[in-house]
Amino acid sequence: MNNYLDISGVGIEFNTESGPFRALQNINLKIDKGEFISLIGHSGCGKSTVLNIVAGLYHATEGGVILDGKEVDQPGPDRAVVFQNHALLPWLTVYENVGIGVKEVFRKSKTRAEMREWIEHNLELVHMDHALHKLPSEISGGMKQRVGIARALAMQPKVLLMDEPFGALDALTRAHLQDSLMEIQSDLNNTVIMITHDVDEAVLLSDRIVMMSNGPAATIGEILEVDLPRPRERLALAENAHYNHLRQQVLRFLYEKQKNPADRQKRGFSATSDKASEVSKLKRDEAA
Amino acid sequence: MSEVALSPRWAFWKGRASGVPAGARLMKQVKNIGLPFAGIIVFLIFWQGTANNINTSLGQFPGPVQVWEQSVNLYAEHKREREKEEAFYQRQEDRNAKKLEKNPDAKVKIRDYTGKATFFDQIVTSLYTVAFGFAIAAVIAVPLGIVCGLSDTLYRAINPVIQIFKPVSPLAWLPLVTMVVSALYVAENPMFEKSFLNSAFTVALCCLWPTVINTTVGVAGIDRDLVNVSRVIRLPAIKHVQKIVLPSAVPMIFTGLRLSLATGWMVLIAAEMLAQNPGLGKFIWDEFQNGSSDSLGRIMVAVVTIGLIGFILDKLMLMIQRKVSWDKSAVLR
Repeated sequence: MNNYLDISGVGIEFNTESGPFRALQNINLKIDKGEFISLIGHSGCGKSTVLNIVAGLYHATEGGVILDGKEVDQPGPDRAVVFQNHALLPWLTVYENVGIGVKEVFRKSKTRAEMREWIEHNLELVHMDHALHKLPSEISGGMKQRVGIARALAMQPKVLLMDEPFGALDALTRAHLQDSLMEIQSDLNNTVIMITHDVDEAVLLSDRIVMMSNGPAATIGEILEVDLPRPRERLALAENAHYNHLRQQVLRFLYEKQKNPADRQKRGFSATSDKASEVSKLKRDEAA
Repeated sequence: MSEVALSPRWAFWKGRASGVPAGARLMKQVKNIGLPFAGIIVFLIFWQGTANNINTSLGQFPGPVQVWEQSVNLYAEHKREREKEEAFYQRQEDRNAKKLEKNPDAKVKIRDYTGKATFFDQIVTSLYTVAFGFAIAAVIAVPLGIVCGLSDTLYRAINPVIQIFKPVSPLAWLPLVTMVVSALYVAENPMFEKSFLNSAFTVALCCLWPTVINTTVGVAGIDRDLVNVSRVIRLPAIKHVQKIVLPSAVPMIFTGLRLSLATGWMVLIAAEMLAQNPGLGKFIWDEFQNGSSDSLGRIMVAVVTIGLIGFILDKLMLMIQRKVSWDKSAVLR
């Protein structure tokens, strides 16, 4: 069973002006149908590269990806992508942005009326059915990302790829969208790979968290099973000891075993970033 | 839901309705109308003052006053010429009617009027020519630019040719165009005058490059994410161009087209002067050769007219861009 999506021995090398650059090496990951996987790691560790290889937007230098028994060799709607900056077409309305994908994917299998219903249904899922005929410039950042998710869901992908989908949003909006995503996920039970650098988000949403080591030649460091029961409640979890334990394990990987390469360079400076404050919080937690 | 978006358009209207102070509105009007007006007045005074001090063998350099007089003259000439033309046709008709009265089987014909082309006729000819040349250029340049923008391979192959032909002066092309047109265009009943085609093709050759280059840059610069969206959806090539490439590149395509039209209009005047093709350029050359005391004034009228028409053509392109572009809030200048 455990091989609906099989990433095996994947590595990639980019040709840069200063010679070849090895970004990824020996990535092996098997994902179940209906599993929610988070990829977490420091910036520049190649998380997005992994996602782009699964999407077919990049070609792996070695190794390969097999999805549902077929090798991935080009991008396609069965691996729909939710982009970090939503990537909506600014000249199309919300409805048309979802429609452009639906019209291609279901060209032969749905009638015009069925397509309309399907587009509206998907926008309802993300609670955007009130703004069907607005342009992206007329809705907020969170709403745009909802539409981006609807566009991807509407293609009925075998695996949904999300590239830091909530990274550009404020904390409140992000929480709203995470709740929406969990709600949708409990209905549809999609297979999802999500990139994030938000530890709470990863623990809250995922079945497994894949932690990546720093580049160059980044690879998978550890995999953490998140065995918290669903449905998960943000508020209840905050006091849950097991949740906090899982959270600490991710933090420890990120800030002890894999120090942020940027931090290493400016050693000696007093840490002011929120990442650093999270580490000190972690230390406090451990001392208690 | 906490995600409330205020559309920019709505915010704009709200700002209007909520009452900008009257003083501020007045200041804005002074800025928008008063300042350009003042600029023009100062320029006219400066022009008149300088013109009075320049004496040429054809008399004093024309100032605004002389230019105004000559514009009135040119309009009067135009009207006179039209009346003459009407009278000419009327005479023929009368004569033919008489002929037919005497002998119903008589063959009658109407000869074309071949009077001198007036200033306004020349304007129309020039506009017609530049429109034709520009249209040829646009029809070639936009698709070529799109293809170059999409394919790096093709761009690398074509780029050197573009870079070499881009800086070529229109006047260098003119003799070649003239010879080629007279060699190849040998229809029995030509739809277009050869001189018209010479000017139009010369204009087209010079109009091509700005549009090709700007379209290429516009198409090549499309947001990578949007291209990836298209790849994930697997949009067919034609739909990709239609739904993603064209809307993204519209601003750059129009920048190119506007540069092209401005170049084309300048090129046309020069080509008409040199090749004695009908149009405003020929009008200027004829007046120069004529060498009467009014000539400089009449040439100056043409200069101002050329400027005004160039300005109006650019505004026209902006209007079309506003119609075509999806981004109605973009500031176009």
